[in-house]
Amino acid sequence: MSCMNDTHVIKVEAAASLTHNVQPLLHEIRHALARLLDDGGHTVIDLRSLPLAPGEEELLLDELGQGEVYARLHALGPTEVVETRYAGVWVVVHFNNDNEVIGKTIEICDIPELLRSQQEDIRQGLEQLQTQLLEAST
Amino acid sequence: MSETELLLWVRGPALQGATIIFLLGIAVRILEILMLGRKTDLAEARGSAVAGGLRTIISRSFAQRETLQRTAFTEVTGWIFHIGIFVTLLFFAPHILLFEEVLGLSWPALPTTVIDATTIVTIIALLAVLVHRIANRVTRFLSRFQDYLVWLVTILPMLTGYIAFHRVGLSPPMLIAIHILSVELLMVVFPFTKLMHAFTLFMSRYYNGAIAGYRGVNS
Amino acid sequence: MSKDETLGEALRRQGITRRGFLKFCAATASMMALPPSMVPAIAAALEKARRPSVIWLSFQECTGCTESLTRSHSPTVEGLIFDAISLDYHHTLQAAAGSAAEAAREAAMEENYGKYLLIVDGSIPLANPGYSTIAGISNLAMLEETAKGAAAVVSMGSCAAFGGIPKARPNPTGAVSVGDIVKDKPIINVPGCPPIPVVITGVLAHFLTFGTLPELDALGRPKAYYGQSIHDRCYRRPFYDKGKFANTFDDEGAKKGWCLYKLGCKGPTTYNACATTKWNEGTGFPIEAGHPCLGCSEPDFWDGGGFYKAISTPTGDVSKAAVYAIGAGAAAGLALGAMNRARRDKAVGEHEKVNIDDLEKGD
Repeated sequence: MSCMNDTHVIKVEAAASLTHNVQPLLHEIRHALARLLDDGGHTVIDLRSLPLAPGEEELLLDELGQGEVYARLHALGPTEVVETRYAGVWVVVHFNNDNEVIGKTIEICDIPELLRSQQEDIRQGLEQLQTQLLEAST
Repeated sequence: MSETELLLWVRGPALQGATIIFLLGIAVRILEILMLGRKTDLAEARGSAVAGGLRTIISRSFAQRETLQRTAFTEVTGWIFHIGIFVTLLFFAPHILLFEEVLGLSWPALPTTVIDATTIVTIIALLAVLVHRIANRVTRFLSRFQDYLVWLVTILPMLTGYIAFHRVGLSPPMLIAIHILSVELLMVVFPFTKLMHAFTLFMSRYYNGAIAGYRGVNS
Repeated sequence: MSKDETLGEALRRQGITRRGFLKFCAATASMMALPPSMVPAIAAALEKARRPSVIWLSFQECTGCTESLTRSHSPTVEGLIFDAISLDYHHTLQAAAGSAAEAAREAAMEENYGKYLLIVDGSIPLANPGYSTIAGISNLAMLEETAKGAAAVVSMGSCAAFGGIPKARPNPTGAVSVGDIVKDKPIINVPGCPPIPVVITGVLAHFLTFGTLPELDALGRPKAYYGQSIHDRCYRRPFYDKGKFANTFDDEGAKKGWCLYKLGCKGPTTYNACATTKWNEGTGFPIEAGHPCLGCSEPDFWDGGGFYKAISTPTGDVSKAAVYAIGAGAAAGLALGAMNRARRDKAVGEHEKVNIDDLEKGD
């Protein structure tokens, strides 16, 4: 903003240490991982439903880091799926076609459901391939 | 009436009305006492009435040793809840904002955790004082309706304030409205009851001290 | 999109894969503030959902609610919600105008009688119905007529829900809320000035998914979004609890992001999703930007005692009342005191003195 000069801009420093959301969330993830090993149960944490202070989400995601898998989907806009440095802990961020965030979750599972190919889509793909091969042979 | 309307009424006309009754009542009662005055002491002064009066205002806050031995419980719990009431009333940040708005004065607040603990201690002391009043044969015999009424209107703001701060039970706007209403009740009842001691104690202690000081004795 | 298609069929026809549909359901669940575990149920429900007809009436409003809804959303998912509903009438957004538009509205009402969703934004003036009209029809008449065949009514924004800014003192137009006029239909209040966009679409998504109204609180607001106060979800709450407040907008406390209670924050008495769902796709909300909450989703927030006066302060002039009381009390006290003295002096004067002769007389 050209009309603002620096002395009038009040910057608020993140006081994440005081709001204490990061540690409990990490514990929740820990419990979910244990459950995943135990009975294979999936857990999904919706990050948008939590009252996080400015900077806390970055802290959390920094802590989780990036592991071996990075996937980008294109379905109704892009979706980024990242396996964090803790295997089984995935961060899924949904974007719309204007690159606005419409969903952000932490999923504790062996693979997020969205990465799997869906039965209906497979069926449709099979039909398409059959049609394609039929046309090619004639 | 919706909760919002109730809260606005309580913060608005009800508070103004309660303040009027409160201050008008206190002014009338104090002036009535002062205007009747005291009989002129025709004897020759042997000491200072004023010095005696002023000293007694302070000294009467502390019981003599013999009395204290018999009334230690009342004395201690009394000190606790009086200090507790003043601390919670005067050093809780939202209250200071109220005083700032009305009086134009402001002062530093105590941490909210300290106020919280003080409130609990005060409520316990007030409950203890009631139990003692009922359990002790003499005080039970002497107690009238007004004594219990005054106790009730004193503990209600402490209780409702604690609950409103912790937001349990009803919706927060309702809890805040009830708390302010309990204070308004206290204010309205104040000039008609023994609660006037908050102001009259200065006058009665002074009179006693002055009478004795005039005669040159310690009171 | 044909009205007889289910939502699932319509999406597939548009070439959206099952995976895309699942993403849509996940985003919808998040939008409806439902836990992710409900996504399969939502998917099943949306698969079978039919397109409801929606009529949107705009009365005494600033159009902020429509702006809130359309401005931040050109996204595919929310757009799908709107493709999923049949928005048969919205006089700000639609291309048609005049009698053609009104005819379209009446046709939609007749065709879907008893089943359409009526959305209203803006308050209704009662002082003189002529203050706000559309195509010569007063708001009051249009609302009463259109509500008759509605399945449910959604009061969008604080004006429709509670009267809003037109109702603020002295309410020159006699503005009232939708609930003051419509008494025989279920009403969902979605207050806020404006409401958070995702709350608007979330309520519609709920109706679309489940065909029912979401659970409502005592003021008719969906509990999913209005069930928690800002204060109970505010990230600055630890500062409130520790008594660390900002005193002005640019002091140390403000820079450190301390609690804004002293600056008049109405967070403790306001219910909305601002602290969790936030605004602008989760960018932030007023308190996070350093401004105290206005309480815009509560009734009469414009007359709520001042945006910058803390909740613990009086809304009336107590200082003036106090001065008058002390003055009047002093006068009364002096008067009564004088009366008391007069009575005492009279009693002293009438006091019959007895001397030894009177006493001996009695023997």
